[in-house]
Amino acid sequence: MSLAGSTAAGVSRRDPLDAESREWLRCLAGTGRDAPSAAEREHALARLHQLLLRAAHAELRRRSHPVRIEGRERDDLAHQAADDALLAITGKLDRFRGDSRFTTWAYKFVIFEVSAKLGRHYWRNPPVQVGGDAWERIPDRFGADPAQYAESRELAGALRRAVTEALSERQRRVFVAIIVDGIPLDALAAELGSTRNAIYKTMFDARRKIRAHLVAHGYLHDEEPRKS
Amino acid sequence: MSGWRALDQFLQTDPQDVGCDQAMEILDLYVDAVIRQGADATERRYPGVAAHLRACGPCGEDYAGLLAAVS
Repeated sequence: MSLAGSTAAGVSRRDPLDAESREWLRCLAGTGRDAPSAAEREHALARLHQLLLRAAHAELRRRSHPVRIEGRERDDLAHQAADDALLAITGKLDRFRGDSRFTTWAYKFVIFEVSAKLGRHYWRNPPVQVGGDAWERIPDRFGADPAQYAESRELAGALRRAVTEALSERQRRVFVAIIVDGIPLDALAAELGSTRNAIYKTMFDARRKIRAHLVAHGYLHDEEPRKS
Repeated sequence: MSGWRALDQFLQTDPQDVGCDQAMEILDLYVDAVIRQGADATERRYPGVAAHLRACGPCGEDYAGLLAAVS
């Protein structure tokens, strides 16, 4: 993976700081002449928490896959996400550089908290695994026509051989968990005590190696997708 | 789309892809840019992040969620 497009050199500062963001910063972290009163700070914290809670609820409603969370469970998760996001935001106010609006920066924390909590929540009530060999369902995952039985078998067999022969043990474990068993990436990261970035990098390398293996064995062309 | 074509598409990797950490580091900036300048202009400005958001389901979800939160 390259660093193109997202290093500090590729990021342009959004200036000047808009009035609303400036006021948020003053109320939450102002010092000296800009210092807020205790009441102002409390009010700002309560208002920010309210915004984060609303965003957490909306995000949990939006993400219904793979396990739908409703009622009190969703309320609890939303409150936990908002509480933890507020804590993270107040602890990192000095890192806000004004590259975005303050509220966009703040909402990012609660969206990340929702993601992390859903990843861990997955294991409290994982979907029931359908019986049989999960590899046989691989062609469905890639939209193979069930009527084309021979093609489906060939695809599943070739992919399985590539996974067995081309990947390291770690890559195989991650690939099978995500693609064959259907475990969400964040849930797998939580289970393995890893990070999203590390699991993604493992999958990125696995995808490259599998493709190279399938090209070498004539299943895929070097550049263009195979035409059926 | 045939199964082979979909599999090939899934296996394709973009060398510009910056990975989760870097994409998420500037996700707030990226989302504000999308709102101000539109998705196409933002993708051209940050191709590495755009490539990542297309390929990574969880980061794509975070992007969609943040965009929905601020829109």
